[in-house]
Amino acid sequence: MSYDLDQQTQTALFQYLLRLADDRLILGHRLSEWCGHGPILEEDIALSNFALDFIGQAEALLRLAGEVEDKGRSEDDLAYKRDWQDYHCCQLVERPKGDFGFTMARQFFFDAYDFPMWEALTTSSFEPLAAIASKSVKEAKYHLRHSGEWVLRLGDGTKESHDRIQTSVDSLWRYTGELFETDAVHDHLFSQGIAICLSGIEKEWKEIVLPHLTRATLTPPSEEGMVMVSGTRYGAHSEHLGHLLTEMQVLPRAFPDAKW
Amino acid sequence: MKREEIWEVLSTVTDPEIPVATIVGMGIVRDVEVSSEKVTVTITPTYSGCPAMEVMEQDIRTALSDAGVSPVEVKLVHAPAWTTDWMTEETKQKLKEYGIAPPRKVSEVEQLVSIGKPEPVPCPFCDSVNTELKSQFGSTACKAMHYCNGCHQPFEEFKAF
Repeated sequence: MSYDLDQQTQTALFQYLLRLADDRLILGHRLSEWCGHGPILEEDIALSNFALDFIGQAEALLRLAGEVEDKGRSEDDLAYKRDWQDYHCCQLVERPKGDFGFTMARQFFFDAYDFPMWEALTTSSFEPLAAIASKSVKEAKYHLRHSGEWVLRLGDGTKESHDRIQTSVDSLWRYTGELFETDAVHDHLFSQGIAICLSGIEKEWKEIVLPHLTRATLTPPSEEGMVMVSGTRYGAHSEHLGHLLTEMQVLPRAFPDAKW
Repeated sequence: MKREEIWEVLSTVTDPEIPVATIVGMGIVRDVEVSSEKVTVTITPTYSGCPAMEVMEQDIRTALSDAGVSPVEVKLVHAPAWTTDWMTEETKQKLKEYGIAPPRKVSEVEQLVSIGKPEPVPCPFCDSVNTELKSQFGSTACKAMHYCNGCHQPFEEFKAF
């Protein structure tokens, strides 16, 4: 399938769809690492369900990216046959899963961005993307409710749970800025009504995150002197991504086009 | 075969994870088109990562081919997004009889980041409202887990979505 897009928009849109897809594919993989290791059975199942949602969204986005690129690459080609340099996820999702508090703090930060982002994308002028958004926004709402509840429970729980999740909030904060970074790719698509206003999403993110941290007796770290992480949209990844891809891609690389 | 007859065949295809519900009753089948060359069945996923979608597609093909319909194209659309509000009343009743609390209306589901206790879901076994939410996520993404303090049984709820 091909879409009627000018060259610049086609190139930018392919990039943009990969960014959206890669964040969700990598986060989905990180969550899947909890399968069989969750602290309680219910949570083991919940995290696996989260993983399925994110990988499902990534699948739809990568399929669309392949159609936009129009070079015959399928969603599986894009997931399994790209090396880390060609991935466009942010470093927040690359971080190893850590303890349960770390996973939930990361999840809450991501979900508080994911929900308003999908909500805004439901009005994207690129209809196939708006369609995926209208589906995903419902899932994102459940995710945010769930991770928000855990942040509250752990933050306002025991001293141990409070200290652990506070440490995670502190160490993850510098990775959140990247979610709202814009560049020429984004600006071009924004001018076309395809991408969304990220400064608006950042404002909504803060409106969700800050009061909720206070409710959970947690405090965001001071940004003074903090070096915010930047650059992954251009291929500057942490070493963790390579390790993750090695595991995720081992089967299709060893047995190309293997079928169940 | 006529459009109505195709719909009837599709009404016999059940949800692979909830065998008492059919894909038509669940609102998963969105459209059927019959042309001189082929029959096109349009379906929509319940959840993005629902592993049952592939099975459903295969079951649709099998049911139609058994009824002598071919060739068949199964088309997947994302918009408008599937909602439990499309479930028929009959399906909701069947879910309850099967032991799954049926979904409430989507408009009745509570706020975004919840801080209070959610509204209790009536137990499908004894109708008690003295129930507790145990987890937002159950054996599949579409279900939540609850516990009934009335009859002391755990049960699942099909979440409003």
